[in-house]
Formats: sequence, structure tokens, C-alpha cells
Amino acid sequence: MKRARHLRRLLPYLGRHRKDLVVGIVALLVRTMLSVASPWVLRHAIDDLTLGLTRGKLWLYAGLVLGIVALEAVFLYWMRRVLIGMSRELEFELRNDLYHHLTRLPTRYFQSHRTGDLMSRATNDLSAVRMVLGPGIMYTASTLTTAVATVVLMIRISPRLLVLSLLPLLLVSVLVRYFGRRIHDRFEAVQAQLAEISAIVQENLSGARVVRAYAQEPPELARFHTANQEYLQRNRQLIRMSGVLYPGIQLLMGSGAVLLLWLGGRMVVSGAITIGEFVAFGAYLAMLHWPMIALGWVVNIFERGDASMGRIAEILEAPPEIEDRGPAAVASLRGQVEFRHLTFAYDDGRPVLHDIDLEVRAGSTVAVVGPTGSGKSTLVSLIPRLFEAPAGTVLVDGHDVRELPLSTLRGAVGFVPQETFLFSETVGENVAFGLPAEGERDARVQWAAGVAQLAKDVADFPKGFDTFVGERGITLSGGQKQRTALARALATDPRILVLDDALASVDTQTEEDILRALRGVMATRTTFLVSHRVSTVREADLIVVLDHGRIVERGTHDELIAKGGFYADLHRRQLLEEEMEKTA
Amino acid sequence: MSSPGFHEDDPVDKSYDHALLWRLLRYLRPYKVPVAVSFLLIVVMAGLDLVGPWLTKVAIDRYIRQGNAAGLDGMALVYLATLLAAFGVRFGQIYILQMTGQRVMLDLRREIYSHLQRLHVAFFDLNPVGRLMTRVTTDVDAVNELFTSGVVTVFGDLFTLFGIMGVMMAMNWKLALVTFSVIPLFFAVTNWFRRGSRATFREVRRWVARINAFLQENITGMAVVQLFRREPRNREAFAAVNRSHTEANLAQIFYYAVFYPAIEILAALATALIILYGGMRVLAGTLTLGALVAFIQYSERFWRPISDLSEKFNILQQAMASSERIFTLLDTAPKVVAPAAPVRLERVRGRVGFEKVSFGYAPGVPVLHDIDFTVEPGHRVALVGATGAGKTSIISLLERFYDVQAGRVTLDGVDVRQLDPAQLRSSLALVLQDVHLFSGTIASNIRLGSDIPDERVRAAARAVHAHRFIEALPKAYETEVRERGATLSVGQKQLLSFARALAHDPRVLILDEATSSVDTETEALIQDALEVLLQGRTAIVIAHRLSTIQHVDQILVMHKGRVRERGTHQELLAQRGLYWRLYQLQYKDQETGALGEAEAPARA
Repeated sequence: MKRARHLRRLLPYLGRHRKDLVVGIVALLVRTMLSVASPWVLRHAIDDLTLGLTRGKLWLYAGLVLGIVALEAVFLYWMRRVLIGMSRELEFELRNDLYHHLTRLPTRYFQSHRTGDLMSRATNDLSAVRMVLGPGIMYTASTLTTAVATVVLMIRISPRLLVLSLLPLLLVSVLVRYFGRRIHDRFEAVQAQLAEISAIVQENLSGARVVRAYAQEPPELARFHTANQEYLQRNRQLIRMSGVLYPGIQLLMGSGAVLLLWLGGRMVVSGAITIGEFVAFGAYLAMLHWPMIALGWVVNIFERGDASMGRIAEILEAPPEIEDRGPAAVASLRGQVEFRHLTFAYDDGRPVLHDIDLEVRAGSTVAVVGPTGSGKSTLVSLIPRLFEAPAGTVLVDGHDVRELPLSTLRGAVGFVPQETFLFSETVGENVAFGLPAEGERDARVQWAAGVAQLAKDVADFPKGFDTFVGERGITLSGGQKQRTALARALATDPRILVLDDALASVDTQTEEDILRALRGVMATRTTFLVSHRVSTVREADLIVVLDHGRIVERGTHDELIAKGGFYADLHRRQLLEEEMEKTA
Repeated sequence: MSSPGFHEDDPVDKSYDHALLWRLLRYLRPYKVPVAVSFLLIVVMAGLDLVGPWLTKVAIDRYIRQGNAAGLDGMALVYLATLLAAFGVRFGQIYILQMTGQRVMLDLRREIYSHLQRLHVAFFDLNPVGRLMTRVTTDVDAVNELFTSGVVTVFGDLFTLFGIMGVMMAMNWKLALVTFSVIPLFFAVTNWFRRGSRATFREVRRWVARINAFLQENITGMAVVQLFRREPRNREAFAAVNRSHTEANLAQIFYYAVFYPAIEILAALATALIILYGGMRVLAGTLTLGALVAFIQYSERFWRPISDLSEKFNILQQAMASSERIFTLLDTAPKVVAPAAPVRLERVRGRVGFEKVSFGYAPGVPVLHDIDFTVEPGHRVALVGATGAGKTSIISLLERFYDVQAGRVTLDGVDVRQLDPAQLRSSLALVLQDVHLFSGTIASNIRLGSDIPDERVRAAARAVHAHRFIEALPKAYETEVRERGATLSVGQKQLLSFARALAHDPRVLILDEATSSVDTETEALIQDALEVLLQGRTAIVIAHRLSTIQHVDQILVMHKGRVRERGTHQELLAQRGLYWRLYQLQYKDQETGALGEAEAPARA
């Protein structure tokens, strides 16, 4: 077994629960001692029977057998509750710590790691680690103690018999290890082929049109069949291997019993041991069966757990990157935003924004337009530090955003992202998402929903603001989702409002209503409007056109129309589109 | 909110259903012999497992207590022989049964898969791929579980139980009856455990699902969590869900922590009874000591088959639920079917007609109204219009992915519904925007499953300018296309799909031009390749390229499900109607160059 490098990280967790660990192990020890006592009683009972004994003694032996096991049962119960219970508590703490760390990681991290992968670490890998902490520890301890206790008592009966009858049992451990590895490999091969079959099905079903268009059904069936044949063959390999293991274990264990019957029987005849000892020896031999199987199994648990802990540690060790680093003591912001010679690149090093210079007065409205991929979303996402801009390039109220307390900064920004993301809670909870848990929530929610033109829709929902969103409740339309996200941002009463193409799914009429209602709100706040629609941005104090990460035009609506560049062209197209739409 | 990729069906337990089970058992019919052999072996195995304690009895009574050491040799040999026999029988039984299970799964998978090949395209619009994949994989596995560890092993367990009882009765029926008094208690404890642990297990699964949902949602929406400074509160919320999960698990531990000790106590009770009552018999001389020892050994084997039996019920329930889902799928009738007596076209000329066609995907929501046009063999038609105008529906109807609701679609004057879909579709070649690549090599993606020789594959690739980039790949035509073409660029995939269409040499080409932007060099290659592809064929093109619309025989301008204007490029421009506006919007830039560098356009 490799050194449990990663599992070491669990020691502090175990340390916190050392009381449980000690109590559990003590219960386990007592239980083992009691469990080996029963066959000893049986031994005396049988020996006495051969000599002839009183009925009263029979009652005593029967009572002892039952009494000892009853006591053992209490400790067995205790052991399981304490040890397995402890592993569940550790799992709880570890999972909380994992989530806690995830909340500190930057957006960048979530873009470079697939959700499914992170989920699998927080669930499957955590389970594997839990197996180490619970069954792993418990079975290791009980295997060792049972082995030691029974072997000691068996030596007292006959060391020679012990050595001989134990040989096949040791082979069981070897067998479990040997076959365990191979079965694992063949099982992996089977799983790989199953993945292949899944891939074929996935490919075929998602390409259903192409398959039909090229009349590919027969070859596709043949391909599927070939893959299935291979799957069958690999399963045959696996079954051949796994089909030997279990019967093999039975055979080896039986061999121990045969040796006992043959050699032990002779020893009874020769008077070396009593018949009671012969029977008790058989009972001890049977008690060793499970530990021998468990030995191979426990090693697997530890190996898997270590690998899983390694994957979990990768998350726990990922640096949070965007955090408070001795921030300036700023409690509130006015909302003046400045980009100073900002050049920004994501991980691939290709700059997405080039030398952006832009100053936005507190309370004014700036619109950002430009083709897809021109860097609009990136620009606004740098304000609340979703990504980290170079030092001194993004400033709010004259402070570098890196030097502001993260909580103050983000508290001052109401962000409506391009891709609406709502939580499966009630509509009301979603709108109140950024509000403190206590305090004046309802009034804020009502007001924000009113401005975002959401209130009318909510009135039609079965339970109003208490209606659940998503699978547990109603399915919102794209426009309704965006308006909910808008209300969520407004509810926090932000100094800086960022709408990142946030009204794209809202129809033109509703958009006009929202903008009209927003006008009052925007008058006192700094607003960033990212949009494709001229109708959304035309009233802005300043319109900035981005192309390939550079500001290529800037001015008011009228100025840019007069200029006849990208913005003017956009305007012309939208007029045409509107005309087309009106054609019945 | 939704969780893509997590297409789990509700874990509903399906109760026993007679008809369903019979339909399932029918799949065992081709394997009567192996199933019967497997039954036989399991019975033999149960018998062999009974031998050990009985041999102990004989050894003690006849040899050990009589001081006959030599007799033990024979005993040991017999014992060893039964062990070896049991090993062989056990392996044979496992192997035969498992392989039969695998074969049944293969049959079932093939049946499901070939049914999926016959189903109409509309079915796939309604059923997410992930869910259908579950039918082919997880659900089939559940059915296999029923065959391999369910049906057959139940008989094995029953046989073991009755075997033990029979042998005990034969040895001493009075002591046997005394010992059997413990069996109902075994059943009671097992039953209590099964009920209790199942309820807690369900609770655990519920909270596991909640943890998964919470994580899925929070990981996907972490930016929102952070923007609204919700980290502390969400940590609390997560801890609450996590706590409930832990509590559910702790509740489950209780059942396990009670069950195992309880079983031990019952086993000890049986032993105590045997010592007490059997001991008295031994003292009275009506029971041998060997029989007493054998009784103790047998009584320890009661509980395993009993607790196994109760587990089988869960397997049955899961298999029932799965098979019901499988059969529902198999019972879905294909809506687009081949006619009983299809019209055979001797030589397809490629005349395409739409005659007063109306169509909608959902009842009451028409998408196409009264579409009427004809394309003569060798002519080209372009469909233009805004998104949602109905262009894609037209090509889907020609391919007969769907059937019309009124009017008819014809090929060479024959209604497509009267043709064999295989003949219809092999006369057409469809090139879609989103190129679907299959895993396999470049060559196999051009050839697909058809019997096209290598030279023709290469000739097709050469003609559409795909040859050059293919030759530059590590293994040229034999290069594996990985992960649905991740290694190829968008433009290369386009050219590959052109080569595929050309290699199949169809009479009619249906093309949905790609809108995605490619570099100018590739763009020129695509333009050129397109010209080769269209040469001498009837073509129906959803056009996004200026060069295409300028060179077609007829342009159909679609608007809100109707053909609003038709004619050549020049004619339509002159009309200054819808087409003219569309042209300004969608095609004009291709003349003036890329966005941002555009010169000042004429004001509308």
C-alpha cells in the first residue's frame, strides 16, 4: 500500500473527535473479548457432557452462552453507533469545509472546472473518504483484535493445530488481494466499454436527423451490436475472474475445516486435546473467516480513500485569489468609476480589453455597445472584482478596487448578469437574495419588483411571491427571469447598477416600461448598460462602442448617429428589423 | 435551476405487477437450457453446503469418540471432495447465470436501440437524450439484477433453508422443532430491520438529492452568490441541508447497530436451547454428541438465507419500475412509418414539389401555411427569412422527419409518404449548420456506414478542398475524430460535411448554410466547395451567403410561415419589399466587409 499521503489531512478532524474514537475502540475491544468467550463456554459444556453432568450445570452453560452474547451485543451496538456515527460527523464537517472553501474561490476557478467534476468530488470522493473514517477504521480494528484474541486462545488449545489450519486462511487474504486487483482491472475494462456504448447511443440519438437523412440506421445498429458483443466478451472475462473468487474463498475456508476434522480429530483420539477443545477450535476458525476477507477489502478502502482525499485536497488547496488584502477603511461609496489604461487578459493570455480609459461620474449612465465578443461583459465584470484587473486600472471613488473591502465594493454594486441565474427558492426569496436575513424586506421586494415590471406577473402566480421557481414550482419565461434578476439587483439599493445585456429576453414594450420606471432609479445612481439594442441605450449620458477590446466610438446618441460608424449602422438595422416585425 | 446532465428518474418503487413480470420473463425464453442448468446447480450447491456439519457429526460419533483415528482419513477425503465439487458447481452456476444475464441484457438493449432507430424525429424533440440513455443502460441493468440475483437465487435461499430444516428433522425431530422456534424471531427481526432501514434509506436518498441540487445550483451560480455577498448565509443553508443528511444517516446507523447484535443474540439463543434441551437428550442417551455439535453448526446458518430473501423484494421493485419504463418506450409506435407497398422510383430525377403544405409541431400551433412551390431537376432554390420563419421546417418535411398536416410533399411527383424512407433519404443529402460527427476516423465520417470505396472518399474530399487539411492530420484519413470533432475547426467540419454529402452523390442536396464566421481563406474554400457540391443537382438551400442567393434560380422569401415573395435576386431587390430589407440586414455586410470597418451605409 502506498503511503497514505492525503489521508493525513484527516488527522486534525480525527483529533477533534478523539473522545469518540477512544470510546468506540474500547467498546470494540470489550466486544471482541466477549465474542471469543462464547466458544470457550461451549468447550466446557461439551467436555462436561462427555463426562456426564447435572441438569443444573446445563442451565448454567445455556445461561452463560446467552448472557455473554447479550452483553457482547450491547458493546457491538455501542461500537457501531459511536464509530460509524463519528465518521458521519466527520463527513459533515469535511463537506461544510469544502463548501466553505468553494464560496471563496474566484469565478475563474469555476470556469476552468466542470460543475460535474466538482460535484463528484464533494459527493463520491467524500463518500470514499468517509468509508475510511468509518468502516475502514472499524474493520481494521476489529479484524486485528479478533485475529489476535482467537489466535491466542487457539494456541492455548494446540499451537500445532493452529499453524496447520491457519495456512488455508492466510491464502484467503492472498486470494482476495490477488483477485481483487484483477477483478478491479477487468471491471474497469467493462465500465470503459459501457461508456463506449453510452457514447454510441448518445451520438446516435443526438444525431437522429443525420442518421435518418443518410439512411444510416442499419450500419448504426451494426456498430451498436459490435460494441455490445465486445461488452459481452469483457464481461465474460470479468465473470471468469469474479466467479472464481467467492467459490475460492469458500473452498479455502472449508479446507481449514477439513484439516481440523482430520488432524484435530486424530489429536482428540490420541488424547492431546479434548472433544470440547476440538469443537471450540472449529468455532474460532469460523470466527477468523470474516477478518481474512475483510483484510483485503480494508486495504482497498484505504487506497481508494487516499486517492479521493487527494482529489478533495485539490479543491481545498486552490487559492481564493480574490480576497480582502488589508483593505482601506471605506464603509460606503458614491459610485464614481474609472478605468485607467486597462488592459486585461484571461488565462490564455490573449488580451480581451486594450488600453481602456474611461471615467464615469457618480450618478451618470454609461452604455456599452459592440459586437459579440468585443469585451463588453468583461469590462463591467471587473467592477465588482468577478475577475481581477491589474492593480491601479479599475477604480471606484478613486480607490483601486483591490484595496476596497470586498464586502463594501460588492454591496455597492447591483449586478444583473447576462445569463440569468435564479435559485430554486420562492420568487420573493430570489428578489430578496441580497438583503440581510432580518429587517425591512417586504417593502424593498415590492418596490424592486414594481420597478422591474415583475409585480404584475407575480400577481398572476399561484402563490404570489411565495411561488417556487424552477422544478419545484413554476417555469418562468426568459423575460420573467431577467426581470426577477433585475429586481434582485435593485432590491439592495446599489450605488452602481450594472445591467449586462440584461433585458435581451424582455419584449420591446416591457423594456420601454422598465426603462421608464428605471429612469428615476438611475438618476441618482451610476449605471452601466450593456446592450445590443439602440432603444435601450439611446438615453444614456455616454455611449461607448467596443470592438475587439478597444473603445472605437464614444459620445451621445445624436453624436454617434452623426458620426455614421458602427453605432449608426446598428441603429439603421434595428429600424429595419422593427419594420419587418410589423409586417403581418 | 434546472440541472442538465442529471437526468435521474424519480426513484419510485413499483409494486408487483403480474403482467409486467410475465413480459419480462419472456426474455428468458431463448435461454431455457442455461436457466434450467443454473437452477439445477443451485440445488446441488445448497445440498453440498449441508454436508460439512453432517460429516462433523459422523466423525465425532463414529470415529473420534470410538477412538478410531484411521476412519478420519476417509471422512476428511469425503469432506475435501464435497468442497471441491461445491467449488466447481458454484463457479459453474455463477458463470452460467451471469452470462445468461448478459445475453438477456444484450437482447434487450438491441431491441430498445433498434426501436429508437425506427422512431420519428419528433420523439427526440420531446425526450431528452439523457433520459433515453438511461433506458438503454441503467434500466436494463436493473432488469439484469432481477434475473441474476433475484429470481434464481431466491430458489437457492429457499432450498438452503428447507435443506437445513430437513437434515435437522432427520437427525432428531424433537430437538429440530425446539431449534426452529427461533426462526420466526429471525424473520421478525429481519422484517423490522428491512422496514426501518428502508424508510431511513429513502430519507438518506432524499437528502443526498438535496445536497446534490444545492451544490449543483451553488457551483453554477457561485458568481451570483458572491456578487450578492451571500456566502455566509449560503454556508449556513448548506450546513443545514448537510446536517439533515447526517441526521438521516445517524438514524440509519441505529437500525444497523441494532440488527447485527440482535441476530447474534438470536443465534446464541438457538445455541443455548440446543445446549439445554440437546444436552439433556445427550445425558438421557437419545442424542449423540456429534449430532449436538452439528445442530449448533446448522443453527448458525439460518439467518443468512432469511435476510437475503427479504432483500430480494427491493430488487424486484426496482426491476419492475425499470421494466415499466422500458416497455413504455418499446410500446411507443413510430409515427413516421414506411408504407406497406412503397412506390419504387426507378431513377430519381430530383423534382421536388410542395403542394399546399401546412404543418405544425404541436396541434393548434401552425408553423407553415399553404406552402406551394416546385423545384425542377437540377435547379436551385434558396430559402431566406428571419429566424422562425419556417425554413428549417421545410427541409425537415422533405426529409420526412415529420409528416405534413395538409397538402403533400413530392419527389418526382410521388408523395414522399408513398416512398420507402430509405430510398427517399438516400436520394437526398442533408448538410446541416451544426455538423454532426461520429466517433471514428475522418474517412468513416465521410463514408458513414455506406459501402463507398476509398477512392471515392478521397475524390469527394479533394473536390470540396477538404483533402489538404485531412492530409495534414497525423494519420490523414485514418485520424480518429475525438469528442465529436473537438480537434477540427468549424470550417474544417463544414468541408468534411460537404465531402460526406458529395461522396453519397445524391440527386437532391439540402443545405442549411452555416452562419458562423470563419477566416477569409476558409470562407473562400467553402464558397468554392459549395459550387462543386451543387453542380448538376437539385438544391434547396437555407442561404446565409450572398454568393449563394445571387446564383440560385429562385429565391423563396419566408415570413411567419408563409412564402411572401419569390423570384430571382434582381427581381426581388427591385420589388423593395421584405427581401430588400432582409438583404440589407443579413447579406449586405458581406459586400462591405466586417463590422466596425464598414463604410457609412446608405440611410434607409
